Amino acid sequence: MDPMLTIQELKHLATEIRKDTLRSITAAGSGHPGGSLSAADIMTALYFRAANLNSPTDPDRDRIFWSKGHIVPLLYTLLAYKGFFPKEELTTLRKFGSRLQGHPKKDSPPGVETSGGSLGQGLSIAVGAAYAARYDHLPVRSWCLTGDGEIQEGQIWEALMAGAHFKLDNLCAIIDNNGLQIDGKCSDIMCIDDVAAKLRAFNWHVISIDGNDMEQCVNALDEAKTVKGQPTAIVAHTIKGKGVSFMENVVGWHGKAPSQDELTQAIRELDAQECE
Amino acid sequence: MATAHKDVCGTLEGKATRFGYSDGLLILGTTDPRVFVLDADLAKSTTSERFKKEFPDRFIDCGIAEANMVGIAAGLSLMGKVPFTSTYGTFMVDRALDQIRVTVAYGELNVKIVGAHGGISVGPDGATHQALEDLGTMRMLPHMTVINPCDVNEARKATLAVAAMQGPVFIRLGRESVPILTDDATPFEIGKGITFEDGDDVTITATGYMVYEALLAHEELKKQGIHARVLNIHTIKPIDRELLVKAARETGAVVTAEEHQVMGGFGSAVAEVLVQDCPVPMEFVGIKDRFGESGTPDELLTAFGCRAANIEQAVKAVLARRKR
Ligand SMILES: Cc1ncc(C[n+]2csc(CCOP(=O)(O)OP(=O)(O)O)c2C)c(N)n1
Ligand SMILES: [Mg+2]
Repeated sequence: MDPMLTIQELKHLATEIRKDTLRSITAAGSGHPGGSLSAADIMTALYFRAANLNSPTDPDRDRIFWSKGHIVPLLYTLLAYKGFFPKEELTTLRKFGSRLQGHPKKDSPPGVETSGGSLGQGLSIAVGAAYAARYDHLPVRSWCLTGDGEIQEGQIWEALMAGAHFKLDNLCAIIDNNGLQIDGKCSDIMCIDDVAAKLRAFNWHVISIDGNDMEQCVNALDEAKTVKGQPTAIVAHTIKGKGVSFMENVVGWHGKAPSQDELTQAIRELDAQECE
Repeated sequence: MATAHKDVCGTLEGKATRFGYSDGLLILGTTDPRVFVLDADLAKSTTSERFKKEFPDRFIDCGIAEANMVGIAAGLSLMGKVPFTSTYGTFMVDRALDQIRVTVAYGELNVKIVGAHGGISVGPDGATHQALEDLGTMRMLPHMTVINPCDVNEARKATLAVAAMQGPVFIRLGRESVPILTDDATPFEIGKGITFEDGDDVTITATGYMVYEALLAHEELKKQGIHARVLNIHTIKPIDRELLVKAARETGAVVTAEEHQVMGGFGSAVAEVLVQDCPVPMEFVGIKDRFGESGTPDELLTAFGCRAANIEQAVKAVLARRKR
């Protein structure tokens, strides 16, 4: 078990993870930086503090499902930092023959729990895993990361119904509420505000936080572990492209790789925030 | 050569293959604690409710949400369970195809997908409820095993066999009662076809209910001095190449028969093998690129060309081509 990291240490780790995620995307020449950066804080908190995850093969490990599979560069970086595969491999992202496919492929590398990339599927899988864990009286928690555009998919609401109906209190959905999808603002494309109210109406325990505030992330994830009789949804209000000024809140950085120069600037900015 | 059907062909009261599914599930309920059964509000029709009654804590009704059902099954399988999901074949395959493709097949998950109400013989519900593309769609997916049992006993054996193997599977079931052609002694091995009749004049290779029509055609042809070999190919993928090639080599002409679109279906699967390894004249019996419609199963099987008479005709046509 990792020694429990402090908020300060987690913040530092999230910055390093952001940098390596961007490096891998630049090396690939394509990939999805915007949503990787928005989710970096809460997923760092999850992988390095909240979730029970010491080995990708431990049967009692928490299961973390990445329903928004396009931000898999962030997942790979987290897994490399977990020590599940060598960090040097990160720059093979999206290259022919690499284990690091453009969208998640199960067990490739170890720690990728399921294949994905077609949006909307992950929460159903998380429901199934939580159901089985409860049936077997395992200490396993089931976590699922979704995007805020992604929840326009009907299957997400099927899974929300099911999670509440089965009263799966070992289940937690994390919604990366960065306000943007590909074609523009979520509220312009297909507005489903107020998301938190809708989740409550579906009988979920809802926690709304600033998802780029490490302390709030840690507290929300901890709270999710204490809820009884219903699943938890964390609505993480985030900034797409968080940490890199020219990417923040810019739709165009959803699925575009930074050039070498842009990468250099991005890393300079991230380092500067570290010193603040 | 399997002979069970000789005693019973057309003489025993039949049973629908969907009951073989739940016969198998009931056995698995006691023998394999990993088995879970999921349905989408059609547990009575698929017969999975028989499992629900006996093993309620391992049955999940997912409501009318097929995509979610496949996802839940995927999650169960990731935790070591062996989930069976069943609903009508149209909804099972078409509604949840993305989930079956990306999560189950690409992930090589141990999920058993069961499509009931396959074929035109579904009857009065009409085209929306008659699965005619299920086998072809599932056959195209890498890692997917595809099984189409010919009778209730074979359906039971298939259910048991797929629980024992690792990996994604699709099984097609039928709604209507069909004659019982096999018994406990008839072998069943995934990927191995069964020779039901020996003959050297022509091969009729059939799957599912059409095995019965093939046997009827065989009887009729025998009266005319034509000795047809009849193969029951229950596993459409991986298909029994060896048996098919041997039959093509020894008979020199092949007719395929299926209650499914010929295009992309069983006939195509057989043709893909033979055109490479032993090209011979072929004819295809099955649905020819059209949607179904309402009617009685009997009316529809005839109207859509899924009868022994169609097979007979195809045999004559293929033999004429072989002579030339
Ligand atoms: C079923 C499906 N439809 C479309 C896409 C293409 N796509 C990839 S990402 C994306 C937008 C996702 O937006 P959001 O969920 O908000 O993710 P984020 O903002 O975190 O990147 C779309 C439409 C897809 N991957 N899957
Ligand atoms: Mg978004």
